[in-house]
Amino acid sequence: MGSFHLIRKNLTRKKLRTIFTLLSIIIAFVLFSLLVGLSRAFSAGVDLAGADRLITIHRVTFIEPIPLSYVARVEAIEGVRNAVHQTWFGAYYQDPRQQFGLFPTDFEALLEIYPELTVPDDQWRDLLANQTGIMVGQAMAEDYEWSVGDRVPIFSNIWPQQNGSYSWDMEIAAIFTHSESNANEMAAYMHYDYFNEARAFGTDSVGWIISQVEDPDRAADVASAIDLRFANSPTETKSSTEAGWAAGFAAQIGNIGLMVQMVLGCVFFTLLLITGNTMAQAVRERTSELAVLKTIGFSDRRVLLMVLGESLTIAIVGGLIGLALGFLFIVGAATALSQFLPGLAMSPAAGLTGLALAIGLGFVTGILPAWQAGRLKVIDALARG
Amino acid sequence: MNDAAQDSTQSKANIIDVQGVTKTFRKGRESVEVLHQLDLQIAQGEFCALMGPSGSGKTTLLNLIGGLDHPTGGQITVSGQRIDQLNSRQLARWRSSHVGFIFQFYNLMPVLTAQRNVELPLLLKKMSGKERSQRASTALEIVGLQERARHLPRELSGGQEQRVAIARAIVSDPDVLLADEPTGDLDRETAGEILDLLTTLNQRHGKTILMVTHDPVAAERASRIVHMDKGRLIESPVAAMAGVS
Repeated sequence: MGSFHLIRKNLTRKKLRTIFTLLSIIIAFVLFSLLVGLSRAFSAGVDLAGADRLITIHRVTFIEPIPLSYVARVEAIEGVRNAVHQTWFGAYYQDPRQQFGLFPTDFEALLEIYPELTVPDDQWRDLLANQTGIMVGQAMAEDYEWSVGDRVPIFSNIWPQQNGSYSWDMEIAAIFTHSESNANEMAAYMHYDYFNEARAFGTDSVGWIISQVEDPDRAADVASAIDLRFANSPTETKSSTEAGWAAGFAAQIGNIGLMVQMVLGCVFFTLLLITGNTMAQAVRERTSELAVLKTIGFSDRRVLLMVLGESLTIAIVGGLIGLALGFLFIVGAATALSQFLPGLAMSPAAGLTGLALAIGLGFVTGILPAWQAGRLKVIDALARG
Repeated sequence: MNDAAQDSTQSKANIIDVQGVTKTFRKGRESVEVLHQLDLQIAQGEFCALMGPSGSGKTTLLNLIGGLDHPTGGQITVSGQRIDQLNSRQLARWRSSHVGFIFQFYNLMPVLTAQRNVELPLLLKKMSGKERSQRASTALEIVGLQERARHLPRELSGGQEQRVAIARAIVSDPDVLLADEPTGDLDRETAGEILDLLTTLNQRHGKTILMVTHDPVAAERASRIVHMDKGRLIESPVAAMAGVS
């Protein structure tokens, strides 16, 4: 028998109370995992965004289109190496509730700006030769069980064809991989020319322009130059770095990080009160036992550490179970919500933060009862007991 | 005990030496002196009963001798150590080696088996789990409870619980056993068995015992009875010899 045996026995003396305390900690940490995963999903675009890329959108909102002719004009601005355009297609396959990112674009310009996208050579050649061919991310292809050569009808909830049909025949011509994260593999690209010629309205307009700057340190200056170029025109623009744009996009939903922090703050504050009270009660109930331990020679410090060990044990065990369950939920949710939240995942850093939080929780809830137990005067406690 | 044995006891070195001890408690703004310039010497191997009315200071004196509290004044030497000069941390370490405590209400840990309860003081010693277990088994054997080693306190009778408590008190082989009303919660027959056990520990194993009791029958088992009243000793070293077998 060692000190840990004593801690374990003390924790299991009132099983129901320990189980309820554990459950409250587990639930809090499941919530922590889910919210941190969600927060990460919303900021994934920011994390993955290149520092040398600018995004130019309509000054009012990114929903408003900008003229195709702007692409060449942006490319001509000093400091811009090259530029590519994209447009939101509003695509879905079979189920209208499951939209995914399909972007009409210029493939050659796209791969110049995004060298992290890799496509097999033969597929690349076929893609360029096939007007209805689309390039799909590996993760998306796996999700929809698509393979190269499959013909798939893709629907748009925005763009009808000139014949009035919202169904666009496409062929999976290439499957790309992303060198940094499979979060960006939940996307697809189609030929802009096919899109532009067949759509019923909006001809020669694009959603936004992505430009690569020659010197990332001068990105802000180049962004200003671009916007200045189109100032006082019918379509003014707003340019920012890709990271800034992704952050702005997430901010349209709300300050996710702040919301997550507030919810978690409330959860953990409540947990602190519940667990702290439970620990204090558990120590009060066995004052005379602690006094006996001191009588037989346990030092104040040892008693303090023992009580602290109890709260740390329950917090760490509960925290680890909660984090593990949260991780499993995240993995499950990531598959189900892969179209909407491609970055939904729990990072190792989040796991470590959770573990640190559990240790902190155990320490904070245990330190006061432990300190009281350490200071307990034997003769007073024996007289009370 | 005959006169020769008594002389022999008196000639042994004092294992407990209390000199001029006072103890004052504060109650609000008021100071209450519960022990007044008290002197007491107990020889090694003695079995001493401390009697007196409630509030006379018996338990306070026992706590001071056991190093659970500091005296306000005076000196206390136990096993050659001036314990009134030790700080609380040193006292804790000293207690773990030199004194064993026996309480009226046994004070066992309810979540631990008899064996584990007895092992508790040995957690403070540097020894293997196997050695701890062996020593606890030996202590339980001495008190006649080896077959109940795996039982929890709630599965034992009051007398058996007190035996476990005694085993816990002797497991680290202390010089002195301090018992505070060890039979106070037991029926007459069981109390007799516990007193038999204490007598055995005193006579066969040489343990010095200081026992606080209200019970004259229990006190008669001791080789010496010391009376206390209002924080002072009223002692006749040969006062209780008649009842000792």
